[in-house]
Amino acid sequence: MNIEIVWHGRGGQGVVTANEILAETAISEGKYVKAFPEFGPERMGAPIRAFTRISSKPVQVHSQVYHPDIVVVLDPTLIGKVDVLNGLKEDGFLLANYPGTPEELKKSLKTEMKVHTVNATKISMEEIGRPVANTAILGALTKISPLVSYEALQDQISTKFQGKLPEKAIVKNIVALERAHKEVL
Amino acid sequence: MTGNLGINGDSAVALAWKQVDPDVCAAYPITPQTIIVERFSDYVADGEVETEFVCTESEHSAMTVCIASASAGARTVTATASAGLAYMWETLGIASGLRVPLTMTVANRALSGPLNIHCDHSDVMAARDLGWIIMFAENVQEAYDNAIMAMRIAEHPDVQLPVMTNLDGFILTHAIERMTPLDSHTVKDFVGEYKPLYPLLDVKNPVTHGVMDLQDSYFEHRYQVNQAMKASANVIEQVFKEFGKISGRHYDMIETYMCDDADYVTLTIGSTAGTMKAAVDELRAEGHKVGAVKLKVMRPFPAQKLRDVMAGKKCVAVMDRHLIVGVSGPVFLEVAADLMDLPDCPKLVNYVYGLGGRDVMVEDLKQVYMNMMNDKQDKVNYLGVKL
Repeated sequence: MNIEIVWHGRGGQGVVTANEILAETAISEGKYVKAFPEFGPERMGAPIRAFTRISSKPVQVHSQVYHPDIVVVLDPTLIGKVDVLNGLKEDGFLLANYPGTPEELKKSLKTEMKVHTVNATKISMEEIGRPVANTAILGALTKISPLVSYEALQDQISTKFQGKLPEKAIVKNIVALERAHKEVL
Repeated sequence: MTGNLGINGDSAVALAWKQVDPDVCAAYPITPQTIIVERFSDYVADGEVETEFVCTESEHSAMTVCIASASAGARTVTATASAGLAYMWETLGIASGLRVPLTMTVANRALSGPLNIHCDHSDVMAARDLGWIIMFAENVQEAYDNAIMAMRIAEHPDVQLPVMTNLDGFILTHAIERMTPLDSHTVKDFVGEYKPLYPLLDVKNPVTHGVMDLQDSYFEHRYQVNQAMKASANVIEQVFKEFGKISGRHYDMIETYMCDDADYVTLTIGSTAGTMKAAVDELRAEGHKVGAVKLKVMRPFPAQKLRDVMAGKKCVAVMDRHLIVGVSGPVFLEVAADLMDLPDCPKLVNYVYGLGGRDVMVEDLKQVYMNMMNDKQDKVNYLGVKL
């Protein structure tokens, strides 16, 4: 296994945290990782990227990811503004937080590449009460890719937020994770 | 502590310090070293270590406090980056000249300007001639391991020199990788109880440190620093060997990858040495006889080891993440001086790359080998610069 991911989001949306959670989950399953954001003059709302490598062997490459197997878009307003498909492998796929269907997104992106959508913002608003879609998108990601197991991801989220978020908030995040896992198209 | 952690390089260094529980840490935060100081000050505040943490008002003061506390007989650590290291500059030679065995982690970052916070080696390379032992890390695991091994090397009676352990800013400091820590008991056993040789606080055996040292003795003292640096090579190998026994991770001052039958070889420092191995793998799969050498320890300079590996190769490309303006990269000069009298000295070329965090891809590094094979290159090349 050797999977490379590029994340697109906006500063403050939890891209870095989602990347960390995925990396830590993969390590808990015995895999090797390299996970890091692109550090620029980032601020709330500005487009940012992050990168993940998950491998069954030690990760030697330290550069950014240029030919991802998976692209994850955390903010639907980036579609059409940022070239999110840039470098995506032919057999790879894009997962977007997007209110429409994959067909609608494909039309909007003018692409025949494999695309998945989940309305992670709506799920997060309904379950968590804030438009922080990062846990939801992880739930969707584990449904469409065998990167890490859903159960390990759930455990990692509980562990990571233990003591940092109130117990109720952790439960709400898990519910958002579950819903996105079921509702991803 | 056992098992694998997902941890960034800075936090890994802070964890190493926590497990060692040094006597004194004096530091000033600077990007991309900041997480080390933040995490470690948490450990201090939470009572998880007994370290005396001194928040200084500058790096110059931080290094001065470190020299003083190490002279007093305290096991002392600090960390900095870029402009912070530059601000310490005049005190770095004092640390080696007074033979204080403190250790410092440097999160490598461009020495501005224009202002840049990202990785290159201009900070450490500007400090390379000041009598410090200098080690580099390829990944987060090595950054952690180096921080622990550095103490044993610095404190050895044959050495008594400060040690600087480097890790690439952001590329390692802020990236999460899988890292296997030792348990704290093993770390404490490995570094052992610190017994300073000539502590100021030993009032029964009074000594003085840092006095005037003029024409009749200064030369001899700098000569002794040089002798200690040379003697440190054996100690480093011994410490690496012992560390291998407790960790299963075996290091050498240089690491060779696919070099035995290689005609074309690169020499690289830091995280790029990892990416270079991936480039070698791809070229080997295409049938090319290429190899890579990683320079893990730059001071002392492992001259004989490099000669042994490089002799008879067709071409060696030295990768430098720093540019001596008007000359070339610094490592290139040292390798050239080392190999020049070999009867079968390879052709030597230099690639300056990655300044200010310019990303370096596997494809870029493959191009270096292709250039060597086609002999289409200058003596000094600028890899990835937009012209």
